[in-house]
Amino acid sequence: MTELTTLTLAEARDRLRKKDLSSAELTAAHLAAMEKARALNAFVLETPEQAAAMAKASDARIARGDAGPLEGIPLAIKDLFCTKGVRTTACSHILDNFVPTYESTVTSQLWRDGAVMLGKTNNDEFAMGSSNETSYFGPVQSPWRREGSNTPLVPGGSSGGSAAAVAAQLCLGATATDTGGSIRQPAAFTGTVGIKPTYGRCSRWGIVAFASSLDQAGPMAKTVRDAAIMLRSMAGPDAKDTTCVDLPVPDYEAAVGRSVKGLRIGIPNEYRLEGMPAEIEKIWQQGCAWLKSAGAELVDVSLPHTKYALPAYYIVAPAEASSNLARYDGVRYGLRVPGKDITDMYEQTRAEGFGGEVRRRVMIGTYVLSAGYYDAYYLRAQKVRTLIKRDFEQCFAQGVHAMLTPATPSASFGIGEKGGADPVEMYLNDVFTVTVNMAGLPGIAVPAGADAQGLPLGLQLIGRPFDEETLFALGEVIEQAAGRFVAQPWW
Amino acid sequence: MLVPRAAGTGMAMNVQQKPSKLIKGATGDWEVVIGMEVHAQVSSRSKLFSGASTEFGGAPNSHVSLVDAAMPGMLPVINEECVRQAVRTGLGLKARINRRSVFDRKNYFYPDLPQGYQISQYKQPVVGEGEVVVDLDSGEAVTVGIERLHLEQDAGKSVHDRHATSSAVDLNRSGVALMEIVSKPDLRSSEEAMAFLTKLRSILRYLGTCDGDMEKGSLRADVNVSVRRPGEAFGTRCEIKNMNSIRFIGQAIEHEARRQIEIIEDGGVIDQETRLFDPGRGETRSMRSKEEAHDYRYFPDPDLLPLELSEEMVGSLQAALPELPDEKKARFMRELGLSAYDAGHLVAERETADYFEAVANGRDAKLAANWVINELSGRLNKEGQTVASSPVSAAQLGGILDLIGDKTISGKIAKDLFEIVWTEGGDPREVVKARGMAQVTDLSAIGGIVDDLIAKNPDKVEQAKANPKAMMWFVGQVMKASGGKASPQAVNDILKTKLGL
Repeated sequence: MTELTTLTLAEARDRLRKKDLSSAELTAAHLAAMEKARALNAFVLETPEQAAAMAKASDARIARGDAGPLEGIPLAIKDLFCTKGVRTTACSHILDNFVPTYESTVTSQLWRDGAVMLGKTNNDEFAMGSSNETSYFGPVQSPWRREGSNTPLVPGGSSGGSAAAVAAQLCLGATATDTGGSIRQPAAFTGTVGIKPTYGRCSRWGIVAFASSLDQAGPMAKTVRDAAIMLRSMAGPDAKDTTCVDLPVPDYEAAVGRSVKGLRIGIPNEYRLEGMPAEIEKIWQQGCAWLKSAGAELVDVSLPHTKYALPAYYIVAPAEASSNLARYDGVRYGLRVPGKDITDMYEQTRAEGFGGEVRRRVMIGTYVLSAGYYDAYYLRAQKVRTLIKRDFEQCFAQGVHAMLTPATPSASFGIGEKGGADPVEMYLNDVFTVTVNMAGLPGIAVPAGADAQGLPLGLQLIGRPFDEETLFALGEVIEQAAGRFVAQPWW
Repeated sequence: MLVPRAAGTGMAMNVQQKPSKLIKGATGDWEVVIGMEVHAQVSSRSKLFSGASTEFGGAPNSHVSLVDAAMPGMLPVINEECVRQAVRTGLGLKARINRRSVFDRKNYFYPDLPQGYQISQYKQPVVGEGEVVVDLDSGEAVTVGIERLHLEQDAGKSVHDRHATSSAVDLNRSGVALMEIVSKPDLRSSEEAMAFLTKLRSILRYLGTCDGDMEKGSLRADVNVSVRRPGEAFGTRCEIKNMNSIRFIGQAIEHEARRQIEIIEDGGVIDQETRLFDPGRGETRSMRSKEEAHDYRYFPDPDLLPLELSEEMVGSLQAALPELPDEKKARFMRELGLSAYDAGHLVAERETADYFEAVANGRDAKLAANWVINELSGRLNKEGQTVASSPVSAAQLGGILDLIGDKTISGKIAKDLFEIVWTEGGDPREVVKARGMAQVTDLSAIGGIVDDLIAKNPDKVEQAKANPKAMMWFVGQVMKASGGKASPQAVNDILKTKLGL
């Protein structure tokens, strides 16, 4: 029954509806695949019993004609989403054995629509990382390998477990979160589709916070259509999140296959980086050609503040994180390391509970917010953010519908290859994606080709606020032209 | 001891300050400068950013939501009633309402602060500058500027005495809405500071935005105190934290001012620091210095949008504002002819004012004021009761005044009647009837008593003829013989006639 794991979400949904497939079979096939793929370390917690029970309930609902939009579809959930009664750690030692008594809004909407939970996926600790190497549970191995090489590669991050699980066909889709590129970069590294919707499109309630003004949930999937189906269930208003917008959720799937004729696509000049690999430049040109032949119009645009985006991001995000992570103090839940007094307990707990990258960012964030430095760093970064946002607004005001850029400056790299000596080397992975978070815009990464060693490369489409539909329409054009990229199992 | 400076010896350069408020030091006069930060708990059913109850006295950690406990992924959602209460308060303080304000995070670690930050308003508070007019016992009125009012979360409570080696934390108060009301440094004596807080509490109670219960911690104040020689620039201030008694605030200021004067006069300098008042010893002691002060790393809370208030919202709250003490006092003086002192006394507490108005309705307002201020308030104070718990209702007191008005009883009997109604209750008119307390206005009965007294006391008659004031002896005797029920007016008239005065 392994072929069941090769189905797309849309195909599986259609077969479940036709009742020529049960959710129990489909779920069992994925649970079996997960078991075989443990070498990838994509899951930090498998929930086979819960999955079987949910699948059974789905089959009953399908039988009585009461199926939801995701009925019976087995999904993987990033460990940043709080799941009621199921351990949620954000892959941090400090949340050791934390079991929420509540369910995040996004996942509760997936279950409302009939989806089945397979387990919790690995991620960089508190979503801080671009390679899934900062997880307390260890790195995730990408299902992809360079041709003729056994070097273990990173799946990207922070949603590395979700990306690997989708790419290795261990699930039909996965939830993820994106603060600076954590959905789009791993999607690009693993040949999967990932969309970070507009800030405010999905509720943040019940998702472990990294940087509140940047965090946004989104799906990772095998195809553009699958991502559209999932986002429809994940998005929507939530009174429990003030920053979540009260806008109706469109039928995103209906936008897949919609004509892109006449759409004006901006090609931002500033994304043409010095020293960028020729392969990246090549797929970018290829993407332009595909969109053009589908009837879109390409226009050169300028986003002059792009070069300040990454430094500004690495001020704003750690600043918010330093405050968001203050609650992990050993007092109420999670890890507590005893100390001789309360301050000592805090220090021991946080020193042991947080990994190196998290500690680094908490310290950066504390520094940039401290008296005497606030204006020079945090305030300035916020001003840069306003300018970045304005760059995009001016382009959109000139009639640009979306922009096409590379998703990452390179293909996947080997575990342990980057950032060891200089963390900035790792941070540069986010150079094309952070602008989108800083501006609060929607961005989708779609596989568009492979490098010389056979590793997938992705393109990014950036849209107008709350116009995810155009991104799905354009993404579908690229996917149709480029074809799908499926990893060959070595595990 | 601090000795108020004698009048007329103030320094010439001090043109504003009344000499009586200056403090005499060893080397000359000193002026104390006081500003206050008042924390007033917002009257609301649920907390500032969560739906948990604000009820006082629940079992530890029984009013704690996931948000209050800062569980992972929890987000604050503003309680609009708390915002309305803050705006009402701002309007009551005649303050500017900021139609756009911002919630910030104030970051520090403490076990009773689950988020690791307090959500507060730092740079852009919901309410800007306003003022409070404070009446002093001397009859003088002082206008105290309000710098700002902002909304913030209260912290939980650490309990250190339950276990030998660890502390317990009760999060019931964690996240309860507070208004921090900051005065300008306009106060110049402990008396002014106490009067300011009393007046502020009165306004809050009128508005219904804070119950003002200092014992429960609903109202606390941080008091900033500095001293200077009159006319000089402000001195270095010390902040006395967390005062929850108006009387202690007075004592703390007196002590702190004297302490600072002694240091400066001995050639020392004042260190800017936070101090605590020890009521047992009547003195302040250092809590932490400026160097130890936290760097709170304020920044706008990204979980919350800026607070935007519509003109309509502010307008409708303004329109629905109750009559406040100053306006009520002016009306009592203007329409009811009360003295400033009486009117001021009556409006200090809204319940007293309402009680008075119920008693005065359709009756002699001055008489009603006298009774409420002297008999009722006096008795309530003595028994430790309040108007709200008064055994004598406004209707009952009104009934007593009616009996005086229609001359059924005298003012003296009325006091006895008040005592009976206080202890036993009942309709005053029925009580008078049942106990035969109605005054004797029967002239022949009084005449008989008078005749008898004149016949038996010729010496007193002579005295009265020589000095009409001696007639009071007869008045007393008649009242005594009638059991106090004789109408004093009738007794006077008959005595004058029969004694030929």
